[in-house]
Amino acid sequence: MFYIHCPYCGERREEEEFHPNGQAHLVRPADPDSVSDEEWGDYLFFRDNPRGIHHEMWVHRLGCRKFFNITRNTTTYEILETYPMGEQPTITAETAKVRHEQGVQTADGGWQTVGARPENSTLNEETPS
Amino acid sequence: MSQNNRLSQGGRIDRSRVLTFTFNGQQYPGFAGDTLASALLANGVDVVNRSFKYSRPRGITAAGPEEPNAIVQLGASEAAQVPNVRATQQALYDGLVARSTNGWPNVQRDVMSWVGKLGGSFMPPGFYYKTFMAPASMWMTYEKFIRKGAGLGRSPAESDPDIYDHLNQHCDVLVIGAGPAGLTAALAAARAGARVILCDEQEEMGGSLLDSREVLEGASATEWVERVVAELADMESVTLLPRTTANGYHDHNFVTLHERCTEHLADTAADAGRAGEVRSRLHRVRAERVVLASGSHERPLVYANNDVPGNMVAGAISVYLRRYGVAPGQRLVLTTNNDHAYRTALDWKEAGREVVAVVDSRANPDGDRVKQVRDSGIRVITGSAVMEASGSQRVSGARVVAIDTTRFVVTGKIEELACDTIASSGGYSPVIHLASHTGKRPQWREDLLGFVPGEVKGMHFAGGVQAVYALGETLADGARAGGEAAKAAGFDQAEAITVPSVEACAESATSALYQVPHEKPTLRAPKQFVDLQNDVTAAGVELATREGFESIEHVKRYTALGFGTDQGKLGNINGMAIAARCLHRSIPEVGTTVFRPNYTPVSFGAIVGRHCGELFDPERYTALHQWHVENGAEFEDVGHWKRPWYFPRQVDGKTETMHDAVARECLAVRQGVGILDASTLGKIDIQGPDAREFLGRIYTNKWAKLAPGRVRYGLMCKDDGMLMDDGTTSCLAENHFLMTTTTGGAASVLEWLELWHQTEWPELQVYFNSVTDHFATMTVTGPEARKLMAEVTDIDLDREQFKFMDWKQGTVAGVPARVFRISFTGELAFEINVQANYALHVWKALFAHGEKYDLTPYGTETMHVLRAEKGLIIAGQDTDGSVTPEDLGMQWAVGYDKPFPWIGKRALTRPDTAREDRKQLVGLKPKDPKVVLEEGAQIVLDREQKIPMTMMGHVTSSYYSPVLESGFALAVLKGGRNRMGETVYLPMSDGTTHEAEVVNTVFFDPKWERQNV
Repeated sequence: MFYIHCPYCGERREEEEFHPNGQAHLVRPADPDSVSDEEWGDYLFFRDNPRGIHHEMWVHRLGCRKFFNITRNTTTYEILETYPMGEQPTITAETAKVRHEQGVQTADGGWQTVGARPENSTLNEETPS
Repeated sequence: MSQNNRLSQGGRIDRSRVLTFTFNGQQYPGFAGDTLASALLANGVDVVNRSFKYSRPRGITAAGPEEPNAIVQLGASEAAQVPNVRATQQALYDGLVARSTNGWPNVQRDVMSWVGKLGGSFMPPGFYYKTFMAPASMWMTYEKFIRKGAGLGRSPAESDPDIYDHLNQHCDVLVIGAGPAGLTAALAAARAGARVILCDEQEEMGGSLLDSREVLEGASATEWVERVVAELADMESVTLLPRTTANGYHDHNFVTLHERCTEHLADTAADAGRAGEVRSRLHRVRAERVVLASGSHERPLVYANNDVPGNMVAGAISVYLRRYGVAPGQRLVLTTNNDHAYRTALDWKEAGREVVAVVDSRANPDGDRVKQVRDSGIRVITGSAVMEASGSQRVSGARVVAIDTTRFVVTGKIEELACDTIASSGGYSPVIHLASHTGKRPQWREDLLGFVPGEVKGMHFAGGVQAVYALGETLADGARAGGEAAKAAGFDQAEAITVPSVEACAESATSALYQVPHEKPTLRAPKQFVDLQNDVTAAGVELATREGFESIEHVKRYTALGFGTDQGKLGNINGMAIAARCLHRSIPEVGTTVFRPNYTPVSFGAIVGRHCGELFDPERYTALHQWHVENGAEFEDVGHWKRPWYFPRQVDGKTETMHDAVARECLAVRQGVGILDASTLGKIDIQGPDAREFLGRIYTNKWAKLAPGRVRYGLMCKDDGMLMDDGTTSCLAENHFLMTTTTGGAASVLEWLELWHQTEWPELQVYFNSVTDHFATMTVTGPEARKLMAEVTDIDLDREQFKFMDWKQGTVAGVPARVFRISFTGELAFEINVQANYALHVWKALFAHGEKYDLTPYGTETMHVLRAEKGLIIAGQDTDGSVTPEDLGMQWAVGYDKPFPWIGKRALTRPDTAREDRKQLVGLKPKDPKVVLEEGAQIVLDREQKIPMTMMGHVTSSYYSPVLESGFALAVLKGGRNRMGETVYLPMSDGTTHEAEVVNTVFFDPKWERQNV
């Protein structure tokens, strides 16, 4: 059972309080009427299913009711960071690969690095520089 | 007093407290501090069970959770029955009643044993599947007899008198296992300031130290344990949990611990004089760090007839001797491939029993313990092993032979040694179960002859679990792991703790030996058991590899190796080694298996905790629930809600049937006035300057011009254009709306609104709040509704002043209320919202005034009939996520020309959603008015068509209508709106076929006049 850091509440809470909402960073076409049926179909139905780093949207359903994003490793179930809506992940499949090649662990902190926003230093103690 | 095998002194038992217990109907004495297994051995009970498949007599083999044979059914009364308890883990208590799980009529004379005698060639792996394969329909019949023959524990037939609970815990460092490594780890972490939980599955903490011969800091190992446990118990930051098994390691350091609170005292908590206390408890621990100090299990060697009672794991014999003062025999032969097992020979000799010989597979063992054994005059036979045990109900001898382990052959003459006990040791397997629960594969270490855990984030390993076996090293390893765990949890001031000094002991290397070669080939030799619980033999594993099962995961499934409650604690490594030998590969090449939770069985009681009976699932009641109960309502579950389904009356001393009650309720609404408790409808309060704009984007229809005081029905689609929910939304003020949702959709619609606001349109100023529970909703409906309402409200009810789809603020029965003129029945209707705590008062006032109108309470079933007669849909019943507003014929509720691309709009012009042959909502009128079609029944156009028939749609709602005096239905039908008047067919599973006419969805009052009277 996951232990998830809610970037709004500022603390880790049990998975039971949260609900996953699928892939993060989907962009709804600004003018749906101008896109082709195929493009609209891609937006509606097609999702990534990566082995490894994945960005997911979750909601703190039984907490603050806020949606936020999680960077999660789908093979180890490690949550590498959580960040509010509107922000971009600091860890991606590309950066993780580079770090891996450099022999740097993507995230220490045992099994979860919380609130990996660079400015969030107090929550960020366990993130490698 | 029998207890013939009890030593006159020694052991950690209380000889002053004699306990009486019953095993298989016979009474025996034991002592406080015994386990059921030690007490059985003390009384010389050799056969404790029959084996699972071959019904061979089996005795106690081990002393802990790895015991494969001594599985018993516990409990003196029916309600207290506990299946599949390991006698080695069950503390003895006075009055304990146990019986063997297998064996009929009893374990001494088992009628099934012919199966075993006939031998392995008759029951190879896959025997059941191969033999009882055809006909497939008979498998269920065969299985009944196979199960009876094979036998498993049985569950109690009465409900459990005990209570169980859950405890959520947090700690900095959770230490699993309180042996030497766990104790020093806990000490190191606690002294560093960390909050520590130390759990151990045994009756007392200390692990292997409780039966150790070694001396720590000049004192016996048990004295050192007492000192350390006392120090830990004194520390406020430490929680000690004995009798607590860490059974599951889950993601992000979530560990489930199963604590047995009264199970060691009596059958039930009440029997233990602790009525009202919990019997066992599940701790759900979220640990910053976990130290796994679960130690190792000694592996037995695989040789012929190694299952005859009297064959035991060497270390277990030392446990019984030193911890329980029990010598489970007179004459011992020890067969080993390592130094450590030699201690058992010394323990046995010190107990005054005869050690016939130590048989060592190594050519030149010369460690300190070996010297000690030789010095004490015990015969040591090197380069050899016990090839076969003699005896049937008890070991009578050991056949010893020189072996060549590399070529896997016997090389010398067989020597017969008379003995009654054979101890075997094939080395040690780290208990890595918890480390692999989250999917981490263990790694084989050829130098250590065992699997060690793979790296698990947040987990530290200490002692035997990573194959550190020498006591001094184990203690130091624990201290290191505890310190590291505390430091990682933020306690970095940890000072290194001083580890007690232990006299060093030189050891000669362990040799790799799993299966002992036999003079005959494995397939022809007497059975050599690998997995005693599942009756898997070396021949079975070899046969599986010959039949093409090459991966250990496949071998496992084919032979059942490592299945059941045992999970391969003793047999797994031996099984892998044998498969590897047969396939000429190394052990890691054959594959590694991972373990799943739980490590040992957990009772359902502990898993369920307090979530049983009416607390199994939350139930939600409306503010009027008690009235419904008192007035005889039958209830229906709608989501978590308990809603009145119908209100049967007593007629001529009999309770009305549902059909009669619903017919009566329907007619009351159509002819007089009825009342419905609609409080469960979802209600969402929406406020903000952009609330109106937001509604326009979420709903398919227009909201720009809805004036305060007006109500509008809206459809909500997903972005794929499919209907998701519907309901009315009222404009309370310019920037203030009240949305209603379906009962089941309340939570998901609120989350849906939040989703779009937070992720797509955060610039809109709008706020949502669930007010479902804040207001009670009462629907007063029927031709007499206005007259009744006039008696209780100050609101002007004139039909021109208070129009259909208006709402008014006022009082009802003297309390503030919002009244909405909306209708889900097609009749004149007033929906009253009052603060929930006024609901009962208002409801009762309505009934006080309603008596003269025969005000009739109705439930959800009548509500369904009435709305269906009007063709009004229920989202989720008449729709299923593949139905668009157009499919429902509700284009009137779709604002195609709205400026903003609202949710679902784009999808409605995709080719698929624009198809003309989509399933469309229609009415169905059965040709035979007595027929009520089945909901879900498939519709076909040609009743003569051969199966598979072309299915054109299905019935979504179907009822009997008392006003139409006929059955009627709503259905979705391909191209349905162009099929009005056509006849369709509904073939049923019983061979009959119903005929129905396709009609308009509005069956009653098609001009919608009645709701406007």
